[in-house]
Amino acid sequence: MNCRSEVLEVTVEARQVEEATLALLHTILLHRSTGKFHYKKEGTYSIGTVGTQDIDCDFIDFTFVRVSSEELDRVIRKAVSEFKDALSSDGMGQISLEFYQKKKSRWPFSDECIPWEVWSIKVSVVNLANEQERQICREKVGEKLGEKVINVVEVINRHEYLPKMPTQSEVDNVFDTSLKDVQPYLHKITYQITDSLGTSVSTTMRRLIKDTLAL
Amino acid sequence: MDGDLSPQDKKDLDKFIKFFALKTVQVIVQARLGEKICTRSSSSPTGSDWFNLAIKDIPEVTHEAKKALAGQLPGIGRSMCVEISLKTSEGDSMELETWCLEMNEKCDKDIKVSYTVYNRLSVLLKSLLAITRVTPAYKLSRKQGHDYVILYRIYFGEVQLGGLGEGFQTVRVGVVGTPVGTVTLSCAYRTNLAFMSSRQFERSAPIMGIIVDHFVDAPCGNQRPITMGQLCNYRPPDEDDGGAFAGVQDSQEVCTTSFSTSPPSQLYASRLSYQPAPPGGAAEFNTNQVKEGGNVLVPAQPQPPHGADVHLTIENAPNTPSSSGDEDGLLQSGEGRRDDGRRSVSPSDPVESLNAFTRKVGAFVNKPNTQITAASLDLPFAAFAPRGLDSEENDPMVRPPDSPPSQSPLQASLHSQGSDGSGPQDDFVMVDFRPAFSKDDLLPMDLGTFYREFQNPPQLASLSLHTSSQSMADDLDSLPEKLRVYEKNIDEFDAFVDMLQ
Repeated sequence: MNCRSEVLEVTVEARQVEEATLALLHTILLHRSTGKFHYKKEGTYSIGTVGTQDIDCDFIDFTFVRVSSEELDRVIRKAVSEFKDALSSDGMGQISLEFYQKKKSRWPFSDECIPWEVWSIKVSVVNLANEQERQICREKVGEKLGEKVINVVEVINRHEYLPKMPTQSEVDNVFDTSLKDVQPYLHKITYQITDSLGTSVSTTMRRLIKDTLAL
Repeated sequence: MDGDLSPQDKKDLDKFIKFFALKTVQVIVQARLGEKICTRSSSSPTGSDWFNLAIKDIPEVTHEAKKALAGQLPGIGRSMCVEISLKTSEGDSMELETWCLEMNEKCDKDIKVSYTVYNRLSVLLKSLLAITRVTPAYKLSRKQGHDYVILYRIYFGEVQLGGLGEGFQTVRVGVVGTPVGTVTLSCAYRTNLAFMSSRQFERSAPIMGIIVDHFVDAPCGNQRPITMGQLCNYRPPDEDDGGAFAGVQDSQEVCTTSFSTSPPSQLYASRLSYQPAPPGGAAEFNTNQVKEGGNVLVPAQPQPPHGADVHLTIENAPNTPSSSGDEDGLLQSGEGRRDDGRRSVSPSDPVESLNAFTRKVGAFVNKPNTQITAASLDLPFAAFAPRGLDSEENDPMVRPPDSPPSQSPLQASLHSQGSDGSGPQDDFVMVDFRPAFSKDDLLPMDLGTFYREFQNPPQLASLSLHTSSQSMADDLDSLPEKLRVYEKNIDEFDAFVDMLQ
């Protein structure tokens, strides 16, 4: 089985990193979460209800929809916050949301995690000089995020591979059943930072020192 | 072919498609109410949440959708469309987008109806939730209020995209294959918002790029949309919403009262919104298009020609959908409004504003009492108010009195006629000056008199020059003595400092 891989690229200001990343991750998770499964004796199951919530961004002209689950939101925010802190003010980074299935192995081997879909969000951070540029950036990033949401929806609605609905004993190999109100597919979030080239850092420092001396 | 489908599957599929259509309409209309939507997740299935999604049902919207469908289902050649349009307070309207639920002939015979189709329809609804926040009409709908409102119209049959103007864009939300055809959901949205300038329809940019939850200006009382004949608010009698929409009978009065008196939080009532019955859900909103008195959605006007058309086409005779004519009209009205706004801000008479400049009355300038008309108005800075009514000949500021040649031009302008001539000449302050905040110089113990009497207070002894040097020498001499005393009492000082810490 091949792992489906999608890349979304955004260029944002430093203060927009968190919201842009949250918007995209939550949009993906909205489509990759179901209600809680309740298995019945006959081997059938019923599914709980997923609520949704509109979230307005403060630094971007954009509103996104996320699953109404504070627990899930907390987990995602924590990961995004770490990513944002690791990103420098004019660096680049990539945060990945990987959906995987667990394959139980016999002792002493640990369970295997087999990814079936990976979403990578490449974030480039820019610095803007004045408020006018920032205002334009708010709108532009909002439009860009809209395009990315359309991309996400397009990929998801191709209805390509999805793990089979599991039996009760296998449900933890496919879904994250730790949350009490919703049940997303098993996923993990990782990130890596690609710092900008050394020269740009030293250029900034040189400029700072020059400016200080000029005063 | 239907023959391959079991009767149960066929029945299920029809039900799924029907409820999918109804939920699609709900999602679209609710996304254009102008408010954020929030529904709760529930781990236990309630059995009434179709597609395992918490999507509230606004009864009027469901009724309209069912009326449009008229017992049919979206099928090949029979699409269900939701048209979203904008109507300004002047009665101009414009189609913004059209959402289409269509079925094509491409069948997927092998797909499992009760499981796969159902789940995929659920995913498609989630995609619809996401996409409805992305099209341009969403931002417009969030800002609707006293300038414009957002309306919806549901129709069944052939898709009509002519009203979207040139260059409209299409976004496909998704497709789901079924054994009887492929369900496609898409949106065509207008890109040419020509008559809507960003000034007219967007709020001011947030300060420092951060959204501030500032209040929205209450709409003008006299800006009543002409065609809002069906604007009513469905409200159960015991609901209390601060009184902005207490069971309105005449819809036009709703518009007026809501525009002129509603506080910012009740601005939403003028928009497309709905208020559910008391045991209903958490979201509070009022609908456009809903007849008052708690009836289900029925146009207040006589039946419009189109079956399920809640668009205000009846009274909008001049506003029949057409391309350029309407847009021109809209453009002009928009510009006219803007010009009016601008005109009210700038001074109407440039000459008067110039006079105001030249006639500015400085502090302390004595004016003959006959000219002090503004002061009699009891204004704090009445003395500085430009007096447009006074004739120029009497105004000493414009025509200063003849002054003795020895005086400097500055003194000439400061000394007005009627000066008594007494008082100190050396500090350039006039005799009968009028200090700021002083009302009338006729009272005996007035601010001006006070100023004059206490103008030259005696110098402080310590600041006087001839004594200061002497005291300095004395201080220096006494310093060692003082130091000796302080060193003796050093313990006391330390204790004091410790107490303070």
